[in-house]
This record gives sequence, structure tokens and C-alpha cells, in this order.
Amino acid sequence: MKVEQISIFIENKSGRLAEITRILGEAGINIRALSLADTSDFGILRLIVNDGVKANTVLKEKGFTVNMTEVVAVEVPDRPGGLSAILQALDREAINVEYMYAFVERCGGNVVIIFRFDETDKAIATLKAQNFNMLEGSRLYNL
Amino acid sequence: MFFNEEFETLPRQALEAVQLKRLQSTLERVYANVPFYKASFDAAGIKPSIVTCLADLQKLPFTTKQDMRDSYPYGLFAAPMDEIVRIHASSGTTGKPTVVGYTQKDISTWSELMARSFVAAGAHKGDIIHNAYGYGLFTGGLGAHYGAERLGASVIPISGGNTKRQIMIMQDFGSTILTCTPSYSLFMAEEAEAEGVDFKKLKLRVGIFGAEPWSEEMRNEIEQKLNLTAIDIYGLSEIMGPGVAIECIEAKRGLHIWEDHFIPEIINPETGELLSEGERGELVITTITKQGIPLIRYRTRDITSLTYEPCICGRTHARISRMSGRSDDMLIIRGVNVFPSQIEAVLVSIEGIEPHYMLIVDRQGTMDTLTVQFEVSEHLFSDEIKVLQALSRRVEKEIKDMLGVTCTAKLVEPKKIQRSEGKAQRVIDNRKL
Repeated sequence: MKVEQISIFIENKSGRLAEITRILGEAGINIRALSLADTSDFGILRLIVNDGVKANTVLKEKGFTVNMTEVVAVEVPDRPGGLSAILQALDREAINVEYMYAFVERCGGNVVIIFRFDETDKAIATLKAQNFNMLEGSRLYNL
Repeated sequence: MFFNEEFETLPRQALEAVQLKRLQSTLERVYANVPFYKASFDAAGIKPSIVTCLADLQKLPFTTKQDMRDSYPYGLFAAPMDEIVRIHASSGTTGKPTVVGYTQKDISTWSELMARSFVAAGAHKGDIIHNAYGYGLFTGGLGAHYGAERLGASVIPISGGNTKRQIMIMQDFGSTILTCTPSYSLFMAEEAEAEGVDFKKLKLRVGIFGAEPWSEEMRNEIEQKLNLTAIDIYGLSEIMGPGVAIECIEAKRGLHIWEDHFIPEIINPETGELLSEGERGELVITTITKQGIPLIRYRTRDITSLTYEPCICGRTHARISRMSGRSDDMLIIRGVNVFPSQIEAVLVSIEGIEPHYMLIVDRQGTMDTLTVQFEVSEHLFSDEIKVLQALSRRVEKEIKDMLGVTCTAKLVEPKKIQRSEGKAQRVIDNRKL
């Protein structure tokens, strides 16, 4: 149920994002989802790609600081209140969302949202119990 | 183990008798041969003959780096040029370099003191000394080289730079002793890791590190990463070069200064007043055997303290404490005195922070600002902003707690801070003072 996300540290300097996407592109890695968190000094680029291990290797070779984190991809019905139902279920169990971002592509009639929880396993159990559908990494990387 | 047991363990009284005799003859010689000293003694109304005990030394005027610059290049030499066999010069970060000359006897003394230093650090005949101090005008390379030869060890004169080759040679030649700057040793460790070379598999036993101030925390880091015992050595070209003082491997507490050749004093750098044993201040050294360029009460600008307490190694020579910095490296930020080495100590005490940092000092309006750049290692990096921000806040708080100065901690990408193969550049001061 867990999905591998790679995170990359970037200084707030022009051209860094272009550099990373160029490295990934040249390595034939496809970006499936992304989010960029920024502060005044630095940013963290978070990516779901079709080949996380390879992306990790090529970026490290180029001197970037990279880490791999486990996140959860949840299918959200594309209608009003769809996301709210999920968040309420998590809230009842006091599970915190550290951050979340939407997937680039749809999965059937649904939207896919990537969640980073403080307690990943508990969140998965909660969502499963409530019959929310989560996507396997293998399916997601090649969506 | 000693190189020259008789002199290294001379009882205090005998050592002081040697010092006085050598001091008196040095004073006679500089007064007769160096116009600068004749003029400065005359201006103070002093004749060399007034020095009848060691305490009289404090009646003499100081010699400063500026005096050396004013005498550029050969003005302070006390021996004629046809007796000078070697010339070195210190890096002139501001203006002209300071130039020093050595007679054959000076080279021989230096070699002996450096050999004594090697032995104090735990080296012996049969060691393979990997000398990565720069060879050239800088005294580090040749100073360590001659000392290693005098000791009878095998010296590899690799000099600084070309780190990949250094690592290959350490592996293939079986180097047992490493000599270089502490910052360069860490750079080597980093390169070795990138090359997949494990320092634990090398034969290195001891590293002798100097030429820039470093901290106890950095020592721990080096010892761990390079898997050796790290020894602090002190020297400056004006006085001789490396080997003026060194830690003994037995105690690793303070650096024995070879008192049969140098007389150390500690003064208040502001007032010039003599401080007592244990008090921190500027180190002042008088050379008492040098022929080429003897210096009387030379202000080193290095901040340390002095102790005459007996040492477990058996050497009777006084010890200076680890340098907390150069008085001219000292930054004054909003009225607070800050040594880069103090900030380094704070940084490396935090788990996972690499000892590569840069201090950027600026002035906004009338306020000084200090930015501490440090590298985000893989170990520290998190996908969560709040974790990284908490780390920066922690660095800021610890610096504030330890040094009393407010700063902005800034994470930068790994290897973005320039690595040095000699003396590390740690400060960029953009203030127009």
C-alpha cells in the first residue's frame, strides 16, 4: 500500500529545478506526481517517478541530497466532499497529514492524492477499514 | 619516547639557565646586527645587558607582524645573506608577505625540533610519513619533510592537492603517518568515501594536523572518519615553521613548546600586559637560538594560555592550550568577539552536521549580520520542511547560547562550500569597515 517518494533538497537559486528535471529526463525517468515546498532559503522537491531507485542514483551522482520516503496514494471520488470524507476518517483517529498533493493523472473516474502521514501504518489501516481505495506503487509508477 | 631526551626532560631550573644564556646572546646579536632592534631598544632606553634574569624579558619592546612588513624583505635578518641557505615567506593575505631566512644551523635546529615533534606524536624510525602539507614558500611542507628525514622515517613528499592520487598512494605505499591541515584531512575522508575507500583498511596510525585553528570536536570527527589518532601541531613561519609546539600522544592535553629554543609569554592583546599562568591571551614568542631572523617578543596574534604543570609524558617543557583562533581571525559582530573555531565547535557537536561551513558577515544599516552556512548531509535531510527548519533554529540557538551572538543558519546543498587543500577559508566579511 505504500508508495516510494523521492525528496530532493534545493537551494533557492535559479536553475536548480531545471537541472533536476534535465537529469531525470536524460536518464529516461518519467515524473508521475510532484510537489514543491519552499521556504525563503531552500525548497524540497518531492516526486513520484516511474523508477525511484534509478532517480535516486542519478541525482546522488550529480551531488544532490536525496532521500526516499514512504507515502500513501489514495483514490478520491471526483465529487464535492470526496476529499473531506477521507480527512474526517483520519481525523477521528488523530492521524496527522504532514503534507499532501494531487496526482497528475486520473485513475478511472477518480483523482489520486498522495498523503504523507505522521503514522503511515495506522493511516493505511484506518483507510482500509473505511473502504477507501489505495493504489499499489507498482500500479502508480506506470499509470 | 623522546628524540632528544636530555633536553626534552631538562629540569626546570636547568632549562631556565639555558634559556637565560641563550636569550642574552640573542639580544647582543640583534642589537649589534639588526638596525631595527638597535633603534627600538635605544628608543626604549634599553641595552641588552639589562637582562640579567628571565623576568627582565618583559622590559623589552614587542615585535609585530607590521614590523616585519616594514622591513620587507630582508630588513630583520641578523645574518649576512651569504649565510642564509633558505628563504620562506608567509601567505600575504593583506599586502606583502613576511619573509624569513634560515642559516644552515637554523635548518638543522628546525629539523631537530620537528623530529622531536614527530616522536612526541608517536612516530618513529620506520614510519612512512605522508606529508601533504604544501611544499614551497609555505613552511609546512619542507619543515615536516626535514624533520621526518632527521627522524629517519620514510617521507612521501606528496604536498597538497590531487586528492584521488593521495588516497591511492596512502593505500599502495602503506602510509602510517599523515601530515596536513585538519580541514584537508576531512576533505580526504570525504573523497575516500566517494571512491569507496575505507580508512579502516589503511595503515594510518597518527595524523599530525596544524596550520589552522581547529576544535576538540573536530578532532573527534577526524579520529572517527580517518581511524587514527589526531595530534595538534603548532608553528608559524615568523618563528620557524611547523614544530614550534606539539601535543604529546600520551596526554593530548596542550602543546609542548620547545622551551630550549623559544620563550613563550601570554599577554593581554589590548594592553600588552603580561598575564599569569592559565589565563587566556595572545601568545608572544622570543626565539633564543635562531640566527637568520631572531625575533624578540614576537606577537603571534594567536590566542591561547600557558601551563607549566608537569605532564605525564615526562617532558618538562611548558604547554600551550589549543589555539582558540588568531586575534586577527577574530570577528567582532555587534560587539561580540567570535572565533570561527567556536562556531565550528558548535556545528560539529550537532549529530550529522558536516564540519564544512562558511561564515558570512554583512552590515545592514548599522547592524552586523552573521549568516552561518552549513551543508545538509544525507543523514540530516528530511522530506519535511519543519524538520529542516527545526535544525536551522537549533543551530541558531546553540550558537546564541554558546557565543552570545545572534545569527541566521542557512542550509546549503552538499559540497557547495569550497573545500580547501591547504588552509580553509571560513569567513567572508562583506562589511565595509
